[in-house]
Amino acid sequence: MTRDEERLQELLEKQQAGLLKAADRYEIPSQPMPAQDAVRRRSNIDEVALGYTETQARLEAMRCLQCKNAPCVQGCPVRIRIRDFVAAIAEGQYDQALSIIRENSLLPAVCGRVCPQEVQCQETCTVGRKFRDVEKSVSIGRLERFVADRDKGGSLPKIAPPTGKKVAVIGSGPGGIVCAADTRRAGHDVTVFEAFHKPGGVMVYGIPEFRLPKAIVQDEIDVLKKMGVQIVCNFIIGRTRTIGELMKEDGFDAVYIGVGAGLPRFMGIEGEQLVGVYSANEYLTRSNLMRAYEFGKGSDTPIARSRRVAVVGGGNVAMDAARTAVRLGAEKVYLVYRRSEKEMPARIEEVHHAKEEGIEFHILQNPKRILGDELGNVVGIECLRYELGEPDDSGRRRPVPVAGSEFVLDVDTVIVAIGNGANPLIQQTTPELEFNKWGNIVVDEKCATSMKGVYAGGDIVLGAATVILAMGQGRTAAAAINEYLTQP
Amino acid sequence: MRIGDVLFQEVIVTYKIVSKKQLSDNVFTVEVEAPLIARARKAGQFVIVGVSDEYGERIPLTIAGADPDKGTIRLVFQRVGKTTAQMADMNVGDSFGYVAGPLGRPTHVEKFGTVVCVGGGIGTAPLLPIATAMKQAGNTILSILGARNKELLILEEEFRAVSEEVIVVTDDGSYGRKALVTEPLKELCQRDPKPNLAVAIGPAIMMKFCCETTRPFQVPTVVSLNTIMVDGTGMCGGCRVEVGGKTKFVCVDGPEFDGHQVDFDQMMKRMSAYHKQEQQAHQAYQEHRCKIGLDRK
Ligand SMILES: Cc1cc2nc3c(=O)[nH]c(=O)nc-3n(C[C@H](O)[C@H](O)[C@H](O)COP(=O)(O)OP(=O)(O)OC[C@H]3O[C@@H](n4cnc5c(N)ncnc54)[C@H](O)[C@@H]3O)c2cc1C
Ligand SMILES: Cc1cc2nc3c(=O)[nH]c(=O)nc-3n(C[C@H](O)[C@H](O)[C@H](O)COP(=O)(O)OP(=O)(O)OC[C@H]3O[C@@H](n4cnc5c(N)ncnc54)[C@H](O)[C@@H]3O)c2cc1C
Ligand code: SF4
Ligand code: SF4
Ligand code: FES
Repeated sequence: MTRDEERLQELLEKQQAGLLKAADRYEIPSQPMPAQDAVRRRSNIDEVALGYTETQARLEAMRCLQCKNAPCVQGCPVRIRIRDFVAAIAEGQYDQALSIIRENSLLPAVCGRVCPQEVQCQETCTVGRKFRDVEKSVSIGRLERFVADRDKGGSLPKIAPPTGKKVAVIGSGPGGIVCAADTRRAGHDVTVFEAFHKPGGVMVYGIPEFRLPKAIVQDEIDVLKKMGVQIVCNFIIGRTRTIGELMKEDGFDAVYIGVGAGLPRFMGIEGEQLVGVYSANEYLTRSNLMRAYEFGKGSDTPIARSRRVAVVGGGNVAMDAARTAVRLGAEKVYLVYRRSEKEMPARIEEVHHAKEEGIEFHILQNPKRILGDELGNVVGIECLRYELGEPDDSGRRRPVPVAGSEFVLDVDTVIVAIGNGANPLIQQTTPELEFNKWGNIVVDEKCATSMKGVYAGGDIVLGAATVILAMGQGRTAAAAINEYLTQP
Repeated sequence: MRIGDVLFQEVIVTYKIVSKKQLSDNVFTVEVEAPLIARARKAGQFVIVGVSDEYGERIPLTIAGADPDKGTIRLVFQRVGKTTAQMADMNVGDSFGYVAGPLGRPTHVEKFGTVVCVGGGIGTAPLLPIATAMKQAGNTILSILGARNKELLILEEEFRAVSEEVIVVTDDGSYGRKALVTEPLKELCQRDPKPNLAVAIGPAIMMKFCCETTRPFQVPTVVSLNTIMVDGTGMCGGCRVEVGGKTKFVCVDGPEFDGHQVDFDQMMKRMSAYHKQEQQAHQAYQEHRCKIGLDRK
């Protein structure tokens, strides 16, 4: 028996004897996530976080105080019964833990990996509060991943008898997947339309393999197919067919729009049209969806062979782009971010991993212009230093440029990861639908749009959101669709 | 027709090539089964074609024509690199991996009066549906077709059918006038009354000089840009160009733009971004072809 196993044994015995105190639980060290070696992983695309062992998972679960009011649950957008599933893990009842999670989340293997837990469920955890360190909270996401990964699948959800109603789901991101599953379970005939040649949305073209293996997303898609959901790829709503045509001519009774964000933003600075300037979307799509990292070895989509790369931004997208650049062989990768590190929207774990992989953070700096040679290739990026000024409306101290602080980073590639605007395709082709001034679809609390029978959710409604929020909206919309379709 | 039926059909037919013709040394035309696209498409729109397996490149090609009853679209493509070479090696009965579309904003068609249509090289193919639609809207069509030599000239007959006048020019004088397309274009602009609109499609450099030619005459000039694309739906920004000082995405804002506003020099630089890697891929494919004996057919 290893030390950890012995420790677990002791704790379990103590618990059985009814002697386990909160103080004992506080003493259990927070279990670290086993990870691939930082040097080795720079040259492969395999998953970095390897997942808890069984002993680790049970030890981590024992750290949970089983709070009566379970503040963690309030932090989870889909209100997973965290306290109960964690208790089940502590008892070794993994199947039970999984079915508790599945009551509220259909994609635990995904959310366990990519949720920004430190600002959701783990932010409010009593254990983390006690230590005044959110990183000491019970690792709810990792536990979720642990039980999801143990599941070998097989059992399909029960499907109600056919209702004869047809539902169209536009976009196969997390919101679309969940909405399709929930409406299919109610017995409707469901078709998912996806513009790309592979389903999964941002989970396949955006979030890289080393953070979310494609096989996990594929499993979820396979479940949908086995449930009898029809998935039609290479089908662009607004172009191949419009929403109006789907409803008036093709016999669909209800529609869910989950087309995600889209349209990458650029900074509007000099030099952004140079060769070697990418949006993060393009860079990640080339490398993930089209496997440009295997260019010449089965993939035909080229990508810059960069030596020195500057990534602009501080969110998950920026981290993913920077870490992808490392894996594509860049010698030096800089991350340029306007605010301070505390304000970075990226998940803490990704920031840690990025630093371990040698990415150099340039905090409180912002590009002024991109420099090119006579052939139009990027040769550098001129940045300006910032300092923190007075707090703005959001209470965050606003960065203000320091005059005369310009300096040049010598790079051949610049990746812009400063967010996305809404894709205009649906707006251009669906005049009946109401949009806000940023091009996002306006919905009510049931995710219903201004068009009868049409619902929407995820990034196209929320702007940039998260997997779990998109999923939550897919659920809400599905419930509303199911209700709408059973009305006499 | 309910969509369920069409989808079913499309799943079964999977973008099969139903006819193929070689138009010149390196230019081919194929008719492909894609019933929904055939019904939805309008002049000026394009598709994204994925030729082979799931990791093949996605390339944009203009829809050169469609037969909604037969459920087919027509593509005309020039063999320039690996993907188009693979397409050229495919035969009737073979299927593309996927064809997605129709993409891009349709051509703005109305009665302008006299429309000059300038096609250079392979650009002649995407120009044809536009010329046809303009003709149907009641315009008088004057066409200028340019090619490097006689062999490379395509679709002359089709253009004669919709045009009042067709001027053919070749670089080497092997057919028609020995000139660049800009020469007759200038002459047409000098006519009184001058044309109401010019549409120029071809290599970027040709479109640039057509715009320089029409600019002093203030003849509005539409160009169709062929930047590098990945998704074709506005998601990646790879296709961006500067038009009138603003960043535009060719796949959702275009592909047609006011040529007098386009920054062609920048666009041409961006188009050569992957030159080296493209050559590598093409060369590897050629070597592979030799080994498996495709080229001996
Ligand atoms: C690089 C990157 C990293 C991220 N990391 C995280 C993270 O760590 N944690 C987290 O919680 N969130 C993360 N996010 C955000 C998260 O992925 C999104 O919020 C979420 O995927 C949105 O889901 P959605 O349901 O709106 O659809 P999306 O995942 O955006 O998918 C929409 C789908 O619709 C398709 N589509 C678009 N238009 C059409 C059309 N007209 N017709 C048919 N199909 C269409 C698209 O091709 C796409 O497949 C990340 C995003 C990116 C880009
Ligand atoms: C809207 C639009 C419509 C087009 N219509 C036609 C058409 O009707 N017929 C035709 O022959 N060609 C057309 N093209 C150009 C065609 O897409 C390219 O010739 C094709 O992608 C070359 O691929 P390849 O692998 O054979 O060659 P490669 O060796 O990959 O490239 C050769 C050259 O083609 C261009 N190119 C490469 N990849 C792309 C890409 N993903 N997107 C756009 N251009 C690229 C580059 O300039 C490159 O230097 C169109 C392009 C656009 C954007
Ligand atoms: S779904 Fe996300 S927020 Fe909810 S419990 Fe799981 S990891 Fe936490
Ligand atoms: S708040 Fe933390 S300690 Fe309390 S029940 Fe939730 S996970 Fe357990
Ligand atoms: S091709 Fe990606 S945005 Fe136009």
